[in-house]
Amino acid sequence: MGLVDRGRLPAPLTKLFNIGRSYSMWVYQWGLACCAIEMGAAFGSPRYDVMRLGVIPLPASPRQADLVVVSGTVTDKMAPAVKRLYEQMPEPKYVISMGSCANCGGPYWDSYSVTKGVDQIVPVDVYVPGCPPRPEALLEGVVLLQQRIKHEDMAARWRGEGFKPIVRESEPIVVGGGPIE
Amino acid sequence: MTMLSERQQMSYIAAQAADARLNVELETEGMTLNIGPQHPATHGTLRIIARLDGEQVVWAEPSAGYMHRGYEKLTEVRTFPQVTALINRIDWLGSFANEVPFILAAEQLMDIEAPPRAQHIRTILFELSRIANVSLFLGDLGVQMGAVTPVFMAFRDREYVLNLIEGATGGRFHPNFDRIGGLKDDLPKGWLDETRQVMKKLRNFCDEIEDLLFGNEIFQSRTRGIGVIPADVARQYGLSGANLRASGVDWDLRRDQSLPLAYDKVDFRVWTHPDGDSWARCWIRLQEVREATKIVDQLIETLPPGPVMTKVPRIIKVPEGEAWVSTENPLGEMGYYVVSKGDLGPFRVKIRSASFNNISITPWVLKGVYVPDIITILASLYFILGDIDR
Amino acid sequence: MSDTDTDESAPVVDELRNEIVARLRADLGDAVVDVHQVPQVDLWVRVTPESWRSAGEALRAQGFDYFCFLSAMDWMPSPFGDGENDPTEEVEEDPAASEIRQGYTGGDTRFQMLARVTDTRRHVSVTLKADLPQHDDGTMSIESWIPVYAGANWHERETHEMFGISFDGHPDLRNMYLPGDFEGYPLRKDFPLLARLVKPWPGIVDVEPMPASDDDEGDDS
Repeated sequence: MGLVDRGRLPAPLTKLFNIGRSYSMWVYQWGLACCAIEMGAAFGSPRYDVMRLGVIPLPASPRQADLVVVSGTVTDKMAPAVKRLYEQMPEPKYVISMGSCANCGGPYWDSYSVTKGVDQIVPVDVYVPGCPPRPEALLEGVVLLQQRIKHEDMAARWRGEGFKPIVRESEPIVVGGGPIE
Repeated sequence: MTMLSERQQMSYIAAQAADARLNVELETEGMTLNIGPQHPATHGTLRIIARLDGEQVVWAEPSAGYMHRGYEKLTEVRTFPQVTALINRIDWLGSFANEVPFILAAEQLMDIEAPPRAQHIRTILFELSRIANVSLFLGDLGVQMGAVTPVFMAFRDREYVLNLIEGATGGRFHPNFDRIGGLKDDLPKGWLDETRQVMKKLRNFCDEIEDLLFGNEIFQSRTRGIGVIPADVARQYGLSGANLRASGVDWDLRRDQSLPLAYDKVDFRVWTHPDGDSWARCWIRLQEVREATKIVDQLIETLPPGPVMTKVPRIIKVPEGEAWVSTENPLGEMGYYVVSKGDLGPFRVKIRSASFNNISITPWVLKGVYVPDIITILASLYFILGDIDR
Repeated sequence: MSDTDTDESAPVVDELRNEIVARLRADLGDAVVDVHQVPQVDLWVRVTPESWRSAGEALRAQGFDYFCFLSAMDWMPSPFGDGENDPTEEVEEDPAASEIRQGYTGGDTRFQMLARVTDTRRHVSVTLKADLPQHDDGTMSIESWIPVYAGANWHERETHEMFGISFDGHPDLRNMYLPGDFEGYPLRKDFPLLARLVKPWPGIVDVEPMPASDDDEGDDS
């Protein structure tokens, strides 16, 4: 429409686009270790179905994905592959770091071959703690990310400024804790 | 179906002949194909480098190490309970099974034995973790051949077993339930009845998978005769578990060694298959899940009363010595060589993981196979990356 | 399964393992340096480093057809401590803590080879050890077991990259787990875990005692 790339997007339209984007995400599962099994249970099993949140798993390639869930230990040998994967994704892209290994190195914090947290390589939006986090915890992480997206300034991201929240005095951002709408 | 006219038939034959002339004159060179490290068909981050000549593999090698977390170094700076919590994550699908050989080795060094009830419950949880692990294998088997449906059924039925394990230990996988001298806690009320129901459901699942997958003509033609491993080669490489029994070797550590677990109190059958191909490996695992459900049923009926923990000091220092214990884990033979110097933690732990030996045979077995068979053979050998890379 | 007898007059005799040792001594002669047996439980044999491969061949000829694992041991206590004590506490100097003591079947060198093979017919296994003397330039080497057990290929690669032991006759001794530019041999005791040097583990945190009596406590958390 030209409004987004000129950086002038009126607030109601931003809100509409954000709601649309947050409920239509394509998730790329970067499943490395044990958390990949819980991610598989969250995405693939009928009990903890993730599609009801509007998030569809199994894209054909990272170039079609909006969201990547890094689940499992990132080793130093694997780190360049994660970076390359992140660079292949088109904007706007989000990263959920699942499990304590991806958050901070986890139980292998003192190992010689483990990257202490995937946020040393790629910027992370939501951290889901646990070892492994239950599938419900991952679903809550997805919901938190959706809240985060709903308050995002799309035009800023188009300009290349990354994630920039829109803060309005009348509507404080409640992330975690309060009621989830 | 329309009949090709004579003219069309002639032109088709002429095109084939022209192609043949072209292929004879065309020099083809080998191509190096890189499968992985992130690939839906590999159980994690395994990278296979294959040099191809057309569709056939000339040389293939797995490149491991993408999940190397340095377990053996980490165990040197942790106490025994901390190591127990860490080694759950080696074979991350059948997780209780990882703790058992380590705890048994520590108990062997301390010269104590867990009470009979604890041994019984350990065996029940061991077999449950085997069911959880191998039922996901059966589902994943479909995905790797291209049939996506069985994996949803596997996840659904695995949830029942994970519920059971969570009810007893508090963790779906990574239970961290074993302690030196027994178990952390007794079983909750009503757990045994629920286990009986779940075992019935698992037997139904096995029958469903057998109909759906093993009876499928495509599956059979993709696995029969593919990746034959003779018995002496299997023994030389140290293949274990279902892989070894599929080559005809009658070796099962549950039956062939005497450990303080309750296997000598149950009747179970050890399945072998003479063929040694991928079909045999997959089929034996299916039978082993069935057998495991029967073992759990027998164990539930004969659970003895009593305590679940012997008297051990509050801070455990394992006396100096070396011990080796290996058990028949879902993936194969997993063993720990524990060296202790009388400290709070081990001096060195050598982890003998089953998948490391199972995958070491791939350069040998992948010579001369076609590209789709690479996936089939790796699927049937069944590895978990954490087990290979530790 | 325990090897202690309540009846003092009848020590436990393990015929099978005695026979294995006797046959090994007959095949290898002086190369068998030391034997440690826990009757009915396990057997450890130490051989000279020069006869490492012939020991493997002798065992294979005896019927030990199943290759379990092959690795190495570094017997030096870690100069960085075992990471379990409070780093702010004063530690009294204990000279005995830094001496190298080998385990079962003794030995003279800091590094020892460790391997295990199984006989699937007689249901028995043997742990094989050998000293690893250092050459003048500090390196160590030993014969490869690949002609005896083909599965030793990957195990020797892993031992090489973790300890720095080279294997004569190995066709392809490159790194298995570590990236190509990794420096050092991680499983040696003098290889530090940098994260622990930067921020040490606070030591065993004393938990509150449980409400019940201390007698029927399990181990600490």
